[in-house]
Amino acid sequence: MCITKVRGMVRQAMEESEAITKCQKGEPEAFGFLVKKYKKRAYFTALALVGSHDDALDLSQEAFVRAYRSIGTFDTRHRFFTWLYRILRNLCLNHLRNNRRRAEILQEAGNSVIGKDPENPSLLLEKDEVKEAVWSAVSVLEPHEREIIILRDFQELSYKEIADALDCPVGTVMSRLFHARKALKDKLEKHL
Amino acid sequence: MKPEVTDKERERFNLLLMKALDGELSGEEKTEFEQFVERSDQCRDELNKYSKLKEVVMSISFKDPPDEVWDGYWMDVYNRIERGVGWILLSIGCIILVTYGAFHIVESIIRDPGLGLFVKGAIIAAIAGFVILFISTARERLFVRKRDKYREVKR
Repeated sequence: MCITKVRGMVRQAMEESEAITKCQKGEPEAFGFLVKKYKKRAYFTALALVGSHDDALDLSQEAFVRAYRSIGTFDTRHRFFTWLYRILRNLCLNHLRNNRRRAEILQEAGNSVIGKDPENPSLLLEKDEVKEAVWSAVSVLEPHEREIIILRDFQELSYKEIADALDCPVGTVMSRLFHARKALKDKLEKHL
Repeated sequence: MKPEVTDKERERFNLLLMKALDGELSGEEKTEFEQFVERSDQCRDELNKYSKLKEVVMSISFKDPPDEVWDGYWMDVYNRIERGVGWILLSIGCIILVTYGAFHIVESIIRDPGLGLFVKGAIIAAIAGFVILFISTARERLFVRKRDKYREVKR
């Protein structure tokens, strides 16, 4: 890794830490730096979890609002994104749970419309048949399986960072990853 | 014929396979993993399949929303934060006003010579009950919140 890149990373980490300290002292404008830095990661993570543009936008923004409210409890020894991810993840899982519950209630009531369908992959992805097939397979995985794939293969977090975000040992991360990838491999057998 | 791996070895191989795919193998683990691949066709086949899987999964890229979405993103978050503060202040103001009003109503009832001691006692008891219930619920919620590791989860 070249020195310029390392220097850039160190500078960014210092700016981030400075912004967090300012937020903890009650300066909401400093939070703008963190939102601008992580908005795309937060949005795309939410999109991968819930599969809808509008919901992903709403949930990612709500995660930032909640992060701001709890910034006083943030331990600066941890990475901001893994902490934000925990908040975002809970919001997304609640959202999926509520949607499922709503769908069940509608189904029980004999309504043929069972809630909002997941967004068509072609609306979310660049045009490509294989990618659409892969996304369709990812989106029907169990939420905990989808989550680990998203963190590792979409967000490219290290095992240590994933363990930190999910509050579990690294060994559990590897085993969950294996089961998720196995489930995905079984669904995509003909494309491999 | 090459000996196939046992179930226990397979478990170990699966974990090493994940680490190999994600570039997380240590030096020793790399040697161990290479030995698995060297001695078992099944392991080699798994490696090929999972490598291809990782490749296709990582090739997925979502469409970027229009620039307007990103331009207004921080402002939307800021507005939500501001509105939250607004609601808190509004709630505090309302609580103070309602308490102040209630205090004056109670005061006028107590000072009213036309009301019997029995009615005045009942009103004071009802108010004291309400205050105890309110404080008890508030204390319980605060106590649970401090120890609740799922406090970010919307209930």
